[in-house]
Amino acid sequence: MKRGMVLYKGKVQSVFERDGHIYTEGKTMINEKDVHWLPPIEAKTIFALGLNYREHAKELTFQPPSEPLVFLKGKNSLIGHMNDTVRPKDVTYMHYECELAVIIGQRGKRIPIKDAYNYVRGYTVANDYAFRDYLENYYRPNFCAKSRDASTPIGPWLVDKEDISNPMNLTLKTYVNGVLVQEGNTSDMIFSIPEIIAYLSEFLTLQPGDIILTGTPKGALNTKVGDEVVTEIEEIGTLVNRVVDEIG
Amino acid sequence: MKRIWMKRRGKDRLEPALLNSVGESVFIDGQSLSIDAVSLDVPISGTVYNVLFNYKKAYEMFRTNMYKPPYEKPPKYPVLYMKPMNTLIAHRSSIPVPASFKELMIGPSLGLVIGKRATKVKEQDALSYIKGLIIANDVQIPHSNYYRPAIKETARDGFCPIGPWIVEHGQIENIDQLQIRVFINGRLALENNTSNLLRSARQLIASVTDFMTLTEGDVLLTGIPENAPLAKRKDIVTIEIERVGRLENELVDEAVLEGGRG
Repeated sequence: MKRGMVLYKGKVQSVFERDGHIYTEGKTMINEKDVHWLPPIEAKTIFALGLNYREHAKELTFQPPSEPLVFLKGKNSLIGHMNDTVRPKDVTYMHYECELAVIIGQRGKRIPIKDAYNYVRGYTVANDYAFRDYLENYYRPNFCAKSRDASTPIGPWLVDKEDISNPMNLTLKTYVNGVLVQEGNTSDMIFSIPEIIAYLSEFLTLQPGDIILTGTPKGALNTKVGDEVVTEIEEIGTLVNRVVDEIG
Repeated sequence: MKRIWMKRRGKDRLEPALLNSVGESVFIDGQSLSIDAVSLDVPISGTVYNVLFNYKKAYEMFRTNMYKPPYEKPPKYPVLYMKPMNTLIAHRSSIPVPASFKELMIGPSLGLVIGKRATKVKEQDALSYIKGLIIANDVQIPHSNYYRPAIKETARDGFCPIGPWIVEHGQIENIDQLQIRVFINGRLALENNTSNLLRSARQLIASVTDFMTLTEGDVLLTGIPENAPLAKRKDIVTIEIERVGRLENELVDEAVLEGGRG
């Protein structure tokens, strides 16, 4: 099942997808043009992995990390499908990052690798923009570069894990204005989904609604105002975002 | 009498209350209760952020490192990090000490509880966004390398006691001059004052909301003073912030607590 959250007829509503159509919980078919998309779930803690794809780490001339490089993001960063992300005027390099987002469904601590998928509710697509100009060394990546308002489009659908054959073998693609600019596969992750879940739950309790952004493959290029950025993950969905100018 | 908000265990929301002048009894929901008779829960539902090197001396002490590799230069933006919800525990709840560590760093911090949506707030307007003040203990596994996100050291379960209550901001005259004291088993272990902040509460709100919206209920902690003390199992840690209150927690081996906390 694919579930989403939308603002429709002045109300926040849960919707689901069937045969390419969108339905409300009351099973009324609605037109995509009439909805405003929200993130598909209410997020609790948002974890993000840095340098978790072999080729991306190489591209940035970093040694692959020996333990997961995890940072946290504020909920202010999330926005839904078909929304805008601001490119600040003083930024010279802002790039998309297509990422598989893992949604936790069950509370857990010290989860063994072999049981990790039992704690997953499902998956969605995220585009975790980075603003390179603001990136500093301290507690890198810092909040100014990675937790800006509306800098992480997510959605449109939360796809139940049962519907995904193998989350560690999914193709990720990013298109800017229709041109393919980034392509990778989740099999290239340095730390797999079960390894990340085991690592985090070793020292903290994962909760339903926690989101893990699992990193991005190589191919991160600068985007400019007006660009339509489409991030897509096989079996999960297609997430559309537009880069807009800063006002004032 | 002081106006506060507290969250009692079993209640689903914050309740307004009046605290007597010595902080020993509270008038809540039509009745007067001794503070010791009230079982308190975490009064925070939003996101908790803290900031590195925000006491002048703490900054000075690290300054020479800032010009060396891997840092190379001092930070331009406030160096924020989060204390996620799994870290938050109430007044008098126990702080779990992980099996392989002897001592934990005790990080006293004045918290600004945000009262309304704050985006690109100007310094001169910043105080009007504060609903109230709270005490936090930003517990950490001692570490000296700030180059990478230290979530293993800072984001563990129970690593951020916060409370006991929120004191209404209007009840406190000058938040830029509040004495902070840490007592470990009743002995004074640290003393500092919010007048030593590098970025004051106003400046911090302005610089953070420049790129990040804070919403009602979020908490911006104002940093940890230099020479934060260490504490070990069975120590009772009390953080006192002038006019705000006293936050008390005991350090207990995590094996003793496992399964017990919800």
